[in-house]
Amino acid sequence: MAELPTQQEPLTLDTFVRGLWEENPVFVMLLGMCPVLAVTNSTMNAIAMGLATTFVLVCSSLLVSLLRNWIPKQVRIASYIVIIATFVTIVDYGIQAISLELYAALGAFIQLIVANCVILGRAEAYASKERLHTTFINSLGMGAGFTLALLSLGTVREILGSGTILGVPLFPADFQPWVVMILPPGGFFVLGAWLLLFNWLRLRKARKSPDPTGAAIHAS
Amino acid sequence: MAKGIEIRTSPHLKRVMSVERIMRAVVLALLPICAFAVYQFGLSVLLLLLTTTGVAVATEWFFARLSGQGNTISDWSVVITGLLLGLTLPPGFPLWMAAVAAFIGVALGKALFGGLGYNVMNPALVGRAFVQAAFPVAITTWTPAFAPGRFTELIPSTLTLPFMQPQPVEDWIAGLQLDAWTGATPLALQKFQQIELPPADVFTGMIAGSAGETSALLILLCGLWLAWQRMLDWRIPVSVMVGAALVAMPFWLMDGTQYPSPWFVLSSGGLMLGAWFMASDMVASPVTARGAIIYGLFIGVLTVLIRLFGGLVEGVMYAILLANAVGPLISSWTQPRVYGSKVKGSK
Amino acid sequence: MNAEVETQPRGGVTPTWPMLRTLGGIAMMSGLLVVLVYQTTLPIIAENQRLLTEKAVFQVIPGAVTKRDFVVTEGGLQPVETGGAGTVIYAAAGADGGLRGVAFPGAARGYQDVIQFLFGYDPDCQCIVGSKVLKSTETPGLGDKISTDPEFLKNFVALDARLNADGTALANPIVPVKHGTKTQPWQIDAVSGATISSNAMARALNDAAQDLLPKVQRELATLLSGEDPKEAP
Repeated sequence: MAELPTQQEPLTLDTFVRGLWEENPVFVMLLGMCPVLAVTNSTMNAIAMGLATTFVLVCSSLLVSLLRNWIPKQVRIASYIVIIATFVTIVDYGIQAISLELYAALGAFIQLIVANCVILGRAEAYASKERLHTTFINSLGMGAGFTLALLSLGTVREILGSGTILGVPLFPADFQPWVVMILPPGGFFVLGAWLLLFNWLRLRKARKSPDPTGAAIHAS
Repeated sequence: MAKGIEIRTSPHLKRVMSVERIMRAVVLALLPICAFAVYQFGLSVLLLLLTTTGVAVATEWFFARLSGQGNTISDWSVVITGLLLGLTLPPGFPLWMAAVAAFIGVALGKALFGGLGYNVMNPALVGRAFVQAAFPVAITTWTPAFAPGRFTELIPSTLTLPFMQPQPVEDWIAGLQLDAWTGATPLALQKFQQIELPPADVFTGMIAGSAGETSALLILLCGLWLAWQRMLDWRIPVSVMVGAALVAMPFWLMDGTQYPSPWFVLSSGGLMLGAWFMASDMVASPVTARGAIIYGLFIGVLTVLIRLFGGLVEGVMYAILLANAVGPLISSWTQPRVYGSKVKGSK
Repeated sequence: MNAEVETQPRGGVTPTWPMLRTLGGIAMMSGLLVVLVYQTTLPIIAENQRLLTEKAVFQVIPGAVTKRDFVVTEGGLQPVETGGAGTVIYAAAGADGGLRGVAFPGAARGYQDVIQFLFGYDPDCQCIVGSKVLKSTETPGLGDKISTDPEFLKNFVALDARLNADGTALANPIVPVKHGTKTQPWQIDAVSGATISSNAMARALNDAAQDLLPKVQRELATLLSGEDPKEAP
């Protein structure tokens, strides 16, 4: 189809860093909440889930970017989903081959990566317009941001919920684990706490900047 | 907050109702229950109540300061939260866990919503639900009532170091040489072994259980006093009890050996305390008269269903929390028609 | 871009062919990739699966070093290679090639969901010699004690599972009892505070044992004959 002469993004450091902080898929955009809440009950699960999602995100974004001039607009969502599903299947088999125990721990959430809006969102909003190398860097940044978010939930939940980190005990033997933290409600509590922290930081930054548009905040 | 009361009571009252007045009356009504709990379980419960109340007040103070609300402790509502929370915990509950419960209850259940009058759920129950999920073992560890020497020594699990597992209490209990101590509450005995304790014991509180839930009689008296003083809506506790009894009745008639009698259902566990002091929380319950009845019935029915058919032994807490959540919906359903306005024709 | 959407009549300009071509192309490419990955990982996954089962079997039968899989069918025990349908049990042999025990699965509804177990049975002493939770979603800290509590696991070190005189069922059904009241070798001392999960485990064991052990005991010869050194993996 006819390509409009759109402004394509130049490759800068921001292309990568944006995904980590400013447009963090979890803490800022609140996308892909399903795996964020469900499989972050241990650090290992969080890392595995983050890496699997990053792999699918980067590969599918690359392919979408590569094919962006050949995919007619009418069938683009169908094409993206097929591409994403392919990589999800690959990851699914890959994890089974690496460790069946890990596969059992992550459960259906591997297959559910296909419905993760972070990935479809990237394909639609970025990869379908931008060039190959910026797409690669940008989706890598987004994946890293997602992994980082999962990790920050998973670490807190594992430390409080089991008293360990990556399975290594941190406390004396009679530490009382907070069972609720490795149960589903713990995901909500910890996510809420992180969002509180991030928003507080952002508000504080906004207040410190010279532009006085921020709402009046009494917090000291 | 006070608005809810003014709608229901007569506008010709000479006395001025204020939040502070009501809350002070509730605290006053809770004191005999606290005193009995201390008499029954000893020093540990005294410390438990002081801890929950102290931490609740401190948390309230901290968040009020943070949000610039000024002094919100003087309305006494947070004292009620602290006392109620302490009363729902097992007597030997580690103090550090009680502090966590009080902090979470006030912070998550109240302050985050904007303070008194804005909370969706009863803060004391939010705190208890959190520790129930976080420390399932500690919160189901019961100790015997009327232990000898309860005024001179503490239950060993009370003074557990923060973040550590509570000391086992089995040896301590064995040392007391009590006969007929089973380690289970009357509810658990009924549910898993179909043993129903004598109704008189359950009713007067000569049993194991949470610190302040054991004596149904005392709670009933204190609650009735409050209702007589018009400090709570009598419709709520009454309909909670009616709802619970109505559901329990047919099952008991069908199979009296398997299912508890309605009498037992009403006097055991936290039902009385929940009905009179927690379900009737003015912020979290519906304001209309019809709404209050629906809300109460909902709690009663749900409690018994959870007790009889759920995996849990006690269901009052979750029933009230759920009812709190649907409270606003009930209120809006049962909104009275504004005087003089027409019934919506298009409906 | 919007202009194209709004002027629908011009939509005919995007013919069907490019759409079909794109979708078909992508689907084909995707199929190719998936088949490629499937073929590569299949043997690795099968090997993982085998190792996992083997580990579990060796864990529930002390001293086992090799195993052979059998299917319990209507007509009796058959090696799994014959392709019969039914419950799969594992005959495990020690280093000397002698039959050390039989591992069999069991399942029962716990507090949250169905719990799956693997139990080890020793035909010599006619008793259960080991147990392992294969899949469980029981509450951490409470129900999951059935796989961690050392005192509870002692129940399954030498649990009586003798058959009755005619060999049709267990002589004494395996039953759970309240913590601290175990008096008979066929009783399971429940974990205090995890009664529902303990009961589920006892029920799973009893159901599976009542069904499978008579058949196993009747055909011990089949299991033994299957054991010869060349079967070692």
